[in-house]
Amino acid sequence: MAFTTEAIHRLAALARLALTDAEAEQMAHELDGVFALLDRLQAAPTDGVEPLAHPLELTQRLRDDAVTEPDRRDALMALAPLAENGLYLVPKVIES
Amino acid sequence: MNAQHPLTISQLRRAFAEGKTTPEAVARAACERAHALQPTLNAFITIADDATLAARLTELAGASQASGPLAGIPIAHKDLFCTTEFPTTAASKMLDGYRSPFDATVVARLKAAGAVTIGKTNLDEFAMGSANAHSHFGPCRNPWATDRIPGGSSGGSAAAVAAGIVPAATGTDTGGSVRQPAAHCGVTGLKPTYGLVSRWGMIAYASSFDQAGIFARTAEDCALLLQAIAGFDPLDSTSAAVDVPDYAAALAALATERPLSGWRIGVAQAFLAADGLQPAVRDAVLAAARCYEQLGATLVDVDLPRAELAIPAYYVLAPAEASSNLARYDGVRYGYRTAHDDDLFAMYSRTRAEGFGWEVKRRILMGTYVLSAGYYDAYYRKAQQVRRLISDDYCNAFAVCDLILAPVTPTTAWRIGEKSDPVEEYLADVFTIGANLAGLPAIAHPCGFDGAGLPIGAQLIAPHFGEAKLLAAVHAYQNATDWHRAVPPVAAW
Repeated sequence: MAFTTEAIHRLAALARLALTDAEAEQMAHELDGVFALLDRLQAAPTDGVEPLAHPLELTQRLRDDAVTEPDRRDALMALAPLAENGLYLVPKVIES
Repeated sequence: MNAQHPLTISQLRRAFAEGKTTPEAVARAACERAHALQPTLNAFITIADDATLAARLTELAGASQASGPLAGIPIAHKDLFCTTEFPTTAASKMLDGYRSPFDATVVARLKAAGAVTIGKTNLDEFAMGSANAHSHFGPCRNPWATDRIPGGSSGGSAAAVAAGIVPAATGTDTGGSVRQPAAHCGVTGLKPTYGLVSRWGMIAYASSFDQAGIFARTAEDCALLLQAIAGFDPLDSTSAAVDVPDYAAALAALATERPLSGWRIGVAQAFLAADGLQPAVRDAVLAAARCYEQLGATLVDVDLPRAELAIPAYYVLAPAEASSNLARYDGVRYGYRTAHDDDLFAMYSRTRAEGFGWEVKRRILMGTYVLSAGYYDAYYRKAQQVRRLISDDYCNAFAVCDLILAPVTPTTAWRIGEKSDPVEEYLADVFTIGANLAGLPAIAHPCGFDGAGLPIGAQLIAPHFGEAKLLAAVHAYQNATDWHRAVPPVAAW
């Protein structure tokens, strides 16, 4: 496999990660090496093997439908880089 | 204190009981050593200031914690655990200045047991690395040779214990991040069974692998620490609802003569024949095997036929989980945000470009790729199938043995900057990753030195929830050997 810089830019856009062209080129080179390693998986016979998503096959627990968390809105919003009137601020997303 | 040798938790407890020193004197001395060694080791990201320390010592003196099992014991937390007392950075610019509104369960439980946190330790950014070379705050250095890596990702914690700054520290182990630095720094490091210790408040890297762990000078101290942090936590949806055994009792129950009589220790021959395993490491691990035999254990050969697939399986699955977990860093709710916010897409992309380091970016892209349409079956699903095969291999091996003995790392600590190719660094995880894929508990303990005087570790792996046996075996080994007592020159004072 050989990653192109265009493919890396498309992938980076999916991951919301800005890369310069030089960075995309370096990343393409590095991912070529990494995927040569990962492609060793392809030779493993896995027909009929149930995928293992989790090391302990736990069942999801349920709890009573009760309020357990206090309201910490102010403390949590204080962590935001930009907030106003109890709202998180982001660049405008609706065109006028 | 005028100690010539760093004290263990057990020794400190005795010194407190006999009135030879006080928690305050020990905590202040630990902070002073942390500061003094910071230019040499860079083991810490934050060291407790006088006010934080004074507040904690006052809180401790007036509470039931004063009689807790770890009362007055100074510890350090890997800076991946959320703490209210200190900033939490994950060694990333992305969280520079972040102050958690809550304590991780591990932090809260150690506090309840009376421990005094003296700082937050360095790590690879978001725990992604095997060298502690990928930190926004600069690389951490190995106390045995400061031009070398301490191992990673929990390098700062291992270095802090090895250098005698603290008798114990926390870490996290997703692919070997406790055991590998423990081996490189010559300390004892335990990765518990997945689910035994709560992940609540531990910043997520790969959630089906991440497990909190501990570093100390001895298995005996690890038992005390594990007792404090293990057990069900309703705040972690993958926490295992199991009874926690009395680990100290398991150690105390060992016979004096041939304490491991009747135990079967499996030696993974494939690991010892692996390409790239340094002869000095192989010899030291084989010598440890003979020591376990002298302690009464029977050595048996075990086969782990799919072991060579562990690295590719892990480096598909862990980055996939990471790419999803790290989507939360968006510059909106907490952490770093770019000044270039012309539109929402640019704000997200630039925030993440400026906030994450290169290793993190690479893993996010690896994960995004293997989860993308068209590649999911070939990589993600395939790796999950291989994960089951590898888990089955361990399960089959434990049909003929109680514990598996293996090396921790293929080589001793390498020089900072020596491995520039990511694949080379990923390959260093070859002996540790299996336990993470299968969720098994494993411990690394010192078992020798190479010709350059660098520590070598041996690893024992147990079936799920077999921590008591792991700790007891290493306790027996440490009663019979001195490797764990060796200290680097910087730790003698």
